[in-house]
Amino acid sequence: MKNIIKLIAVLALFGTTSVSARDYISIVGSSTVYPFATLVAEKMASQGMKAPVIESTGSGGGHKLFCAGVGIEHPDITNSSRAQKDKEFKLCQDGGVTDIIEVRVGNDGIAFAYAADYEWKYTNGATMKGGIDLTKEEIWQAMARDNENAPTTWYEIDKRLPKVEISIMAPPPTSGTRDAFDSLVMKKGCVKDMLVADGDCKAYREDGHVIEGGENDELYVEHITKEQGAFGIFGYSFVSNNSDKVKASMINGVEISMEGIQDYSYPIARPLFFYIKKAHIGVIPGLMDYVNEFVSEEATEGYLLDAGLVQLSPADRAAVLDAISNQTNYK
Amino acid sequence: MNNSIAKEKIVSLRKKRSLEDMRFKYYGFTAMCLSLAVLVFLLYTIFSKGYTAFQKTIVLLEVDYNQEVLKLTPDSSDEDMEKGKFFRVKKQAIENFFPDLSKSDIKLVKKLFSINVDKEIKDYFLDNPEVINTKQQIWVTAHSDVDQLLKGNSRRDVPEDRRKLNDIQLSYVDQLVEENRVKQVFNNFFFTKADSRHPEIAGVAGSFMGSLFTLFTVFILSFPIAIGASVYLEEFAPKNRITELIEVNISNLAAVPSIVFGLLGLGVLLNVFGLPRSTPLVGGSVLALMTLPTIIIACRASLKAVPPSIKEGALAVGATKTQAVFHHVVPLALPGTLTGTIIGLAQALGETAPLIMIGMIAFIPNIPTGLTEPSAALPVQIYLWVESAERGFQEKSAAAIMVILIFLFMMNAIAVFLRNRFERKW
Repeated sequence: MKNIIKLIAVLALFGTTSVSARDYISIVGSSTVYPFATLVAEKMASQGMKAPVIESTGSGGGHKLFCAGVGIEHPDITNSSRAQKDKEFKLCQDGGVTDIIEVRVGNDGIAFAYAADYEWKYTNGATMKGGIDLTKEEIWQAMARDNENAPTTWYEIDKRLPKVEISIMAPPPTSGTRDAFDSLVMKKGCVKDMLVADGDCKAYREDGHVIEGGENDELYVEHITKEQGAFGIFGYSFVSNNSDKVKASMINGVEISMEGIQDYSYPIARPLFFYIKKAHIGVIPGLMDYVNEFVSEEATEGYLLDAGLVQLSPADRAAVLDAISNQTNYK
Repeated sequence: MNNSIAKEKIVSLRKKRSLEDMRFKYYGFTAMCLSLAVLVFLLYTIFSKGYTAFQKTIVLLEVDYNQEVLKLTPDSSDEDMEKGKFFRVKKQAIENFFPDLSKSDIKLVKKLFSINVDKEIKDYFLDNPEVINTKQQIWVTAHSDVDQLLKGNSRRDVPEDRRKLNDIQLSYVDQLVEENRVKQVFNNFFFTKADSRHPEIAGVAGSFMGSLFTLFTVFILSFPIAIGASVYLEEFAPKNRITELIEVNISNLAAVPSIVFGLLGLGVLLNVFGLPRSTPLVGGSVLALMTLPTIIIACRASLKAVPPSIKEGALAVGATKTQAVFHHVVPLALPGTLTGTIIGLAQALGETAPLIMIGMIAFIPNIPTGLTEPSAALPVQIYLWVESAERGFQEKSAAAIMVILIFLFMMNAIAVFLRNRFERKW
């Protein structure tokens, strides 16, 4: 018994010896950027470097952790599926994180998708020519709580659409995809004439036609395959990886595609970012190696492209590379 | 006359009572069957989805270890061999994989192979350096898309633009199957590798070790504290308002949602004490706090079960209270306390919510080697895989659930064994 206690005491002491320097990169932030960041991390690890630790905390959570301060207990990089908000920038300044490099890593599109084997048919049995095509305004009308018409079928929104009941599964408020969808579709597609007095453009209807899913894409797939004619909201990388299960609707007549997202001709596209804490460059080994690997041609035209990260246009890319090599603050 | 009526009454009453008895038995039996059916259904869905993950697809590749291409000679030192140009050997091998491939075809063929093939070609050479300047037939790992197709997890009867593999690649795969150049073998990667973004080489070794280190921390912290606390409360503490309050609160703490302990860990361990994020040390400390009440309750129950006559006997021959407790009561209660601890650990093993709060939900491609190295844990690994877009991770997550179930089953088996083997009956 005494020996056991001694052993436990020694082991406990051994276990709690404090850590001094951190020799790996610590990354937090967006779950949309996460799959790409992890690919880069794995590439680094395969080259014999210490693999960065990447946490998927969501964009907002990432900025909060990132801005908390300078020092090894704080993360070096935060991923973000939107630009840093002014509020967050101020938080960083208050936390002593004054020098930040912004890196735009690529673009992402949001797909408004339905089950791949579903055919859009009118009540007379004729199929819709060329698949379904929606405008942002139509999507807004279908989803907004404060739309005074409150349509139940797509036909009620526009006569060219079939009489199929509106059913949409939307991401939860914690998701970066939801943030982007709200600002790109709900805000831009908001039809002021239909809005009830003091209405909120971004509020989703609560009468069962729009339901909130979780963060798990598989749940959305299950929903749209079970409920025929239902839509789900997905990131482009999921749609491109699972094209046998889901198919994206055209938006304003544009089909979702890599090129469309790159030049923003596809209307629901957004840039993806990560932010580097300048004070940690040179302190945390391999930090700039990670950054350079992320923006290298091997990555952006190779494995990241395969994973569904849409490349930047050449002009944007040049600006990003310039910012990295000069380590310029973005603000 | 009267007698027979009374008898009839008794008989009918007895009938009614025994019917009631039967009915109750029947209810119990149905309840058990129902729960069993649910369990079987659950296990069936997990196993039927996950068992394919224990197999991987490998492809026969002819590799020409030409010394010119490798930039090596037969007398190169080991260090030089490490730096051999194996990626060029692989490129060549893929170019000659099928006769007369055009440039665009080569690109398509390349996507049939895993990213790990470079390493496999290199490792084969380092193990057998004598193969230099010979052609070798090596089984290498296929890409997850091929793997999923052959396992029937992704459909091939859909139009080309909705498939990961196009028509040309499909015909290549069919040709390989026909020529027996592809087969399915036991997936050792699943047990020897850490997490990866490529489903074919992702494994549970990293998160398994993470879970093990976490449980180790939980045990180290919670076992001595729990024993100390329960011995004090049971044997030494005066029975008054304060100890009563403590006892009630221990039971209350056992019912606190686990995420609250995660928040505590985030606020105190990370922000105040500055312990490193995402490490088993922090994860284990948080889970130890969570399981402590459970273990204390179990420990006290087993201390209570030791007959007071044993302690009193020791006291009667002049032992001090401490001696009586630690020489006699605690050793006799040890099997019960260990069982309680193991059940507490099993609870900690399956916990995800507090780990999310302290950053153990992270992508870590290395296998952790210590308590202060960042690592994931098994339940978190499942969560991360379920989230992934690639098809190959679906079977992986089901298989990881199987691993955690077996782990739990084994822990419970140990608990049962300890109880049966060492527990004394009075």
